[in-house]
Amino acid sequence: MTERRRMLLQGNEAVVEGALAAGMRFFAGYPITPSTEIAERCALRLPQVGGRFIQMEDELAGIAAVIGASVVGVKAMTATSGPGFSLMQENIGYAALAEIPCVIVDVQRAGPSTGLPTSPSQGDYMQARWGTHGDHPVIVISPSSVQEAYIETIRSFNLSERLRVPVILLMDEIIGHLYEGIELPDADEVEILDRLTKDDPRQAELPYDIVPGELAPRMTPFGQGVFYNITGLIHDDRGFPTSSPEIADRQCRRIMKKIDLNSGQIGRYEELYMEDAGVCVVSFGGAARSAQAAVEAAHRDGYRVGFFRPVTVWPFPEEAFYEICGRVSDVIVAELNYGQMKLEAERIAAGRCRVRHIGKVDGTILGPEEIYKEIQEAAG
Amino acid sequence: MKQKQKRYEMCFTGSGGQGVILCSTILAEAAFLAGKMVAQSQSYGPQARGGLCRAELIIDEERIIYPKVTSAGFLLALTQASLDRLRIGMAEDALIIIDSSMHEPDDPGSCSVAALPILQTASETVGKIMTANIVAVGAVNALLGIAPDDLLEQAVLMRVPRGTEQVNLLALNEGRKMGAAAHSMIYP
Amino acid sequence: MAGRLIDKYMRGMYLPHKWCAGCGNGIILRDVIQAVDNLGLEKRDTIIVSGIGCSSRAVGYLDFDTIHTTHGRAIAFATGIKMARPDMKVIVLTGDGDAAAIGGNHLIHAARRNIDITVVVFNNNIYGMTGGQFSPTTPAGAYASTAPYGSIDPDFDIPALAKAAGATYTARGTAYHVLQTTKLIEAAILHEGFSVVECVSICPTYYGRRNRKGGAVEMMKWQRDNAVPVEQARKIPPAELEGKIVYGGLWRCERPEYTRQYEAIINSALPE
Repeated sequence: MTERRRMLLQGNEAVVEGALAAGMRFFAGYPITPSTEIAERCALRLPQVGGRFIQMEDELAGIAAVIGASVVGVKAMTATSGPGFSLMQENIGYAALAEIPCVIVDVQRAGPSTGLPTSPSQGDYMQARWGTHGDHPVIVISPSSVQEAYIETIRSFNLSERLRVPVILLMDEIIGHLYEGIELPDADEVEILDRLTKDDPRQAELPYDIVPGELAPRMTPFGQGVFYNITGLIHDDRGFPTSSPEIADRQCRRIMKKIDLNSGQIGRYEELYMEDAGVCVVSFGGAARSAQAAVEAAHRDGYRVGFFRPVTVWPFPEEAFYEICGRVSDVIVAELNYGQMKLEAERIAAGRCRVRHIGKVDGTILGPEEIYKEIQEAAG
Repeated sequence: MKQKQKRYEMCFTGSGGQGVILCSTILAEAAFLAGKMVAQSQSYGPQARGGLCRAELIIDEERIIYPKVTSAGFLLALTQASLDRLRIGMAEDALIIIDSSMHEPDDPGSCSVAALPILQTASETVGKIMTANIVAVGAVNALLGIAPDDLLEQAVLMRVPRGTEQVNLLALNEGRKMGAAAHSMIYP
Repeated sequence: MAGRLIDKYMRGMYLPHKWCAGCGNGIILRDVIQAVDNLGLEKRDTIIVSGIGCSSRAVGYLDFDTIHTTHGRAIAFATGIKMARPDMKVIVLTGDGDAAAIGGNHLIHAARRNIDITVVVFNNNIYGMTGGQFSPTTPAGAYASTAPYGSIDPDFDIPALAKAAGATYTARGTAYHVLQTTKLIEAAILHEGFSVVECVSICPTYYGRRNRKGGAVEMMKWQRDNAVPVEQARKIPPAELEGKIVYGGLWRCERPEYTRQYEAIINSALPE
C-alpha cells in the first residue's frame, strides 16, 4: 500500500491521522459539534490498524474509558467541544493525579453553556488550564493550521506518554473545519515516544517510585503480572491511599514540577518580524491566522510590528515573551474571548509595556482589518 | 476573473443537500492535486441540514494566511433563497454563476452574471438531480481553469460515494461542456 | 481458609481494612475472593475496578491490578480496559450509590452493549462514606440524614434495572448467605457478557442506627429470616414478598458479546 505523501484534510481529520501516526489505538467519545469528525474518522480508521473505537453514553464515560485503556498500556484519545469538555473535567484531574497518559481534544465553540453552536471561539483557554479542581499539571497545545494539527497531535502524545500528564489539544472551529493541504512526514522524520517502564519487577511494584533524576514515574501497564493500585486519592509509592501531609506535599509538588522543570522541552512558539518590532501582536490557534495576516500587511506598509504565537499555550512560553515585553512599547493580544490570554500576557508583562486587547465574543472570526487598526493605534 | 490570475477567492451557496460544500471540496482537491495552496471552509450547524449552506474556497500559488474569503471573485448560487440571503463582499469584477431557474440579481454592480442550466442538466441530461453539484464542478473548472481535466476527474473520484463514479463522471463532462460554451459567451 | 485467601489475594500490609465494625462489606469481599479462587482465575489475567464509596475501597486491599476510579465511573473505566484488553477478566466492585445513582447511566449502557464485565454491587442501602444519606436503594419510608422525615423516593431494584437494560446475567446475594453468594459471583464471572450481582450488605453504623434495625447481629439475623430463594419466591404472590430479599440467580440469556463483535469489525476492516 502506498501512502499518499500529500493530503487535503480537514483539521479534525488531521488530528486523527496524527494520533494514528503517534500510535493511538483507542478512542472513546460522545458526538458533539464541531469535534464530531474526529470521532467519525476514528470509527473508520482505528479498526483498519487493529485499534478500537467506542461511542460512549456521555463525555464523562468517554474520558473514563480513555483512562481505562491507557492503564493497560494503550495510547488513547478522546475529543469533544465546550459542554462535553466541561463534563470531562473531573477525570482530567484524575489522569493528572494518577499520572495516566491521555490526549483530550477540545474543538472550542462559543459558550458559555450550549452557547453558539458551533461558531468559532477560544473561550476555553483558561478552562483548559484550570478546569478541574485542585492544583494539577496539564499541557495545552493549540495548532494554527491543518499541518500543525497533525504535527502537534503527535507531539501531544509524546509529551503525555513521557511526562504522564493529560495533554489537551486546544483546537477551535476555524482550524477544526478548515480543509488545507498537508505533507505527511516520513516515519523516520517523526519522533514517536512511548511511555517508560521499570525493568526490575520488584521496582515495578512501586509504580510511583521515581527513578533518581526523573520527574515522571515509570509505570508498568496493568496486565503484566506486576499488581499495584491506582487511585485518585493522594497515594504512596505503591499507589495506596494515604493522608500523610508529608507524602501529599511531596506528590503535589512533584507532579507540578513535571511541567515547571520541563517547560523548555514543552514550550513551542513562533515569532515573526520581532527583531526590530516596537509593537507585538500575540495570538494563538485559529485567531492567529487573522493576526498574522494583519501583521504582514502592516509590516508591508512600514509599521515596526512583530508577531508572537504560542503553540504550547500552557505553560505559556514565558521566557521568550518576558524578553519581548522588555523591548516593545505595546503588546496586542488578539483572541476570540473576553480576555483570557490577555491575563497571562499582563502577568508576564508586569507593567513593562502596555497590553492592549482585541477580543471577540460574537461567534465570528476576527478580521485582519480589525487587528490592523489596533496596530496603527499602538504604533501611534 | 478576466485574466489568468494567481489567487481565487470563491464562494458557493445553495440549499443543504444540494452538495455545494462537496462541490467546493472537489475543486479544492483538484487545485491541491495541481500543486496549489488551498483553504476551504464551510458554514456548519443547523443551516447545513436542509437549510442554507455555504462554502468558501481560496486557491493561491502562495501560502494562505487568513483562511476566509474577504472579497469573492467568484460566486456560485444554486437556489434563490441562498443568493438573496448571502452576505459576502464581492470583488468589482466578480463572476456570479446562478442556476437558470433563478432570476438575476437586481443590482449586480460591476459583476458579470451568467445563468447556467445546472439543475436541469443534472435531472434531465444526466438523469439524476443529485449530480447537480458535480455538473457545477465541471462548469466552474471550465470557466476558471483551476485544474487540468485529469486531475479534476481524479478529485471527483476521490470524493464521491463508491458506486456512483460513472454517473458522476457523466455529470462532470456535461458540466464541462456547459462551462466551455459559457466561457466563450462571458469572455468573447 | 480465610488466612490462605488473605495471603494469596490480599495486600496484607494495608490490613486491617477501614470498614466499620459490623459492616457487611468484608464478607462480600471475601465472597468475591473465594469465587476467584474457586474458579482458579489467574491474578495476572484479572483487573479489578471500583468507583467511590465504602465498597469501592475494597480494591486497595486486593493484590491484583486494581484501579479505584472516580465516583460513578467505574463501569466506564472498566469498559475502556475491557475494550483495550478483551483477553482480561474485568470485575467491577461498586456500591448502590456509585452504580445506580451517579453511575446509573454507565450501568444501563454497559448492559445494553453486553460487554463482558462482571459488576458486584455492594448494596448497603445508604451512602456510608459521606455519613448516612439516602441512596437509590434506600426503601421509601426509611430514614437517613437527608431524609429526616422518612424518604419519599422509591428504591431501585438493581438486577431488574440491569435486566431491562440488556444485562445477560443478573443475581442477588446477601451478606448472610455466604456460600450461595459466592456461587452467584462465580456464575457471573464465568458468564460471557454483562453480568450484575447485587450483594445486599448491612450498614449498622448508619442505616441500622437511623432505622432502629439493631446492631450487626440483629441485621444479619433479619437477612437470614427475610431472604427468600428465588425458586421459592416464584411460587409466592408478589404482595407477600414486599420487604423481603429475593436471592439467587435471577436472569440469564445469551446475546453476542461486545468485544467479540468488535473483533469481527477489526477482522473485516484490516487490510488484506
